[in-house]
Amino acid sequence: MIPLQAEPWIRWDWIGSHLDQIGGDLAQHVELTAIAVGGGLMVAMPVGVLAWRYPPSRGAVLSVAGVLYTIPSLALFALLVPFTGLSLLTAEIGLVTYTLLILVRNVVVGLDGVPAEVRDAAQGMGYRPVPQLLRVELPLALPVVMAGVRIATVTTIGLVTITALIGEGGLGELLLDGLVRAFPTELVVGTVLSVALAVAADGGLALVQRRLTPWSRA
Amino acid sequence: MNFLLQAAGWFADPAHWQGTAGVPHRVEEHVALSLEVTAAAAAIAIPVGLVLGHYRTGGALAINIANVGRAIPSFALLVLAVQVVGIGVLPAFVALLALAIPPMVTNSYVAMRSVDDQLREAARGLGMRGAQVLWKVELPNAIPVVMAGVRTSGVQVVATAPLAALVGWGGLGRFIVDGLSQENYVEVFCGAVLTAALAAAAELVLGSLQLALTPRGLRRRRERPRVLAVGLRG
Repeated sequence: MIPLQAEPWIRWDWIGSHLDQIGGDLAQHVELTAIAVGGGLMVAMPVGVLAWRYPPSRGAVLSVAGVLYTIPSLALFALLVPFTGLSLLTAEIGLVTYTLLILVRNVVVGLDGVPAEVRDAAQGMGYRPVPQLLRVELPLALPVVMAGVRIATVTTIGLVTITALIGEGGLGELLLDGLVRAFPTELVVGTVLSVALAVAADGGLALVQRRLTPWSRA
Repeated sequence: MNFLLQAAGWFADPAHWQGTAGVPHRVEEHVALSLEVTAAAAAIAIPVGLVLGHYRTGGALAINIANVGRAIPSFALLVLAVQVVGIGVLPAFVALLALAIPPMVTNSYVAMRSVDDQLREAARGLGMRGAQVLWKVELPNAIPVVMAGVRTSGVQVVATAPLAALVGWGGLGRFIVDGLSQENYVEVFCGAVLTAALAAAAELVLGSLQLALTPRGLRRRRERPRVLAVGLRG
């Protein structure tokens, strides 16, 4: 294939003179992702616990989550734009929606995986429902919940790039700008940093998971 | 409310239903590209996954390819493809293909690996040869999970194809991308509704296909395997 232009893939001098901008985009990317995953987790925990605790609501919660998850990301952002404008709010509503769907599902599946004997034993030891949930069931569900957090984080890091189309975007701004100006350096920088961020976040969360569940290491 | 009326007005306008920029033609483009990509990806990915799974080798590769695929944003794939092959339908095809292959490889591998060893032993015990075990026992048992991969990838392709409007291709993404650049949010909204509806339709059609291709003896379990279906998205 013949490249469209003689422009090289990477211009190191451009990177050198735009470190501030790149750093800013990276920071925004991390911020958008952290809010989305953090916010998603705060909503998903209670919703997941309730759906698990009250079986009638479970099917409904999981099907709503499944249907929402089918909506393409660009379409979801676009659906929100008329109501919330080209704003951070639009980006975050969309991002939180997706993390929520992954997380609720994993919270329910994780709690399902707690062996019945363990719950019986906890009851026999005199645990009341809430302490039992907090000290026995949720800790045992943690590996599955954390697996969800990892998937949600990596997915969100990819999705944030799309929010560039509605005026946010973090590293996505580099991708969009590079596309519009046919300037490959920005594309390479945006892609490499985005992938590196996803890999680093995934690895970091794997370490957190190990620290939080020392019993599973044996 | 007023806004929804405007959206209804957009849908009612016959001008939006005619010609190469009309809804029917955009749907057609969208569906055609999605079908081509999914078929091409299946032709590449499924044999690879099945062979690796059959010989029980390359597991780390087959599993990790989906994780790596997830870490590369589809938007980045698309803009990089433009640099290599120019704008139009080709970068869209290349990027979507790269997106569609990993889940199918992983699922096909997992499908073969998860065929019960006792079934294979029993088939040997009945006197089947290697090829017969493969065609009559392993493949039929693997179909539901293989098809779950096709479904995941196919829906993913339909859902990501709108981004290709950014690189000069058509499809339903045109309404969203053009609407955004012209600040015509009614068009953006209507394009989004159409895109979401098409993705839902793809999910339904591929779900039915998965069920239809599942051998009757396996259907009674009523479980629809969706291995690794969560978390892959553009």
